[in-house]
Amino acid sequence: MIYFNAFLFAGVVCLICQVVLDNTKLTPGHITSSVTVIGALLSFFGIYDKIVLHCGAGATTLISNFGHMLYSSGIAGYEEAGILGLFTKLLCSSGVAIVGVVIFSFVFTLLFKAKD
Amino acid sequence: MNKEEYQELVQTLTPKEPKLRNAIVAFLVGGSIGFIGEIIVKILMESFGLSRVDSCAWLAFILILFASLMTALGKFDNWVTKAKCGLIIPTTGFAHSVQSAALDYKKEGFITGIGANMFKLAGSVILFGIVSSFFLVLLRVMLYG
Repeated sequence: MIYFNAFLFAGVVCLICQVVLDNTKLTPGHITSSVTVIGALLSFFGIYDKIVLHCGAGATTLISNFGHMLYSSGIAGYEEAGILGLFTKLLCSSGVAIVGVVIFSFVFTLLFKAKD
Repeated sequence: MNKEEYQELVQTLTPKEPKLRNAIVAFLVGGSIGFIGEIIVKILMESFGLSRVDSCAWLAFILILFASLMTALGKFDNWVTKAKCGLIIPTTGFAHSVQSAALDYKKEGFITGIGANMFKLAGSVILFGIVSSFFLVLLRVMLYG
């Protein structure tokens, strides 16, 4: 069942974004940023945790999970060490995405040339 | 021919975006990424004994590696043109935007090229992600202590 939910959730989010992209003047940059913020908002209302529980990787592969991870590690950091913990731990679990992207992009940029 | 007639002519000649087809393709591609991701997570959990959170982090890692490598090999751009949001909204789109910006500006040097332009497109995701989650955490703390 979780496989079907994963397919459905990821598919529906992509579908909605595609419809917005085609019918408004927003660029992909606007849409990915808004989806990230929406992820953080859903996490704030405690909805995203439930979505992850039911849809598994369907929810964690999307960019909205970036906002969710930022928010949840921010909360965990605050509970651990107060306002300083919020600053030091905010990027804790989303670091895998940022560091991964930077390292791979840098290495592959050194190895490959731009195709036109 | 006056200006309005010209505008009308332009509109009739501009190729129409196949909106329905785009939406269906985005649904299928995005859904498949979620579905395959779930299979990978299950495999990681069962064969390596990882927790669900760790498996999801590995999955993000695998998707980023895959998207960066395919962008560097020049294949991913064509896929994005076809699948659009199906590949932009998952983590692959994030990796793709950084990788393609870095490759495009490689010829301008390390500092002014790669360094300055790497996050040209993905920077807004990081900025608004951090800003929104920071203030939401503060709001939560103020409301519930």
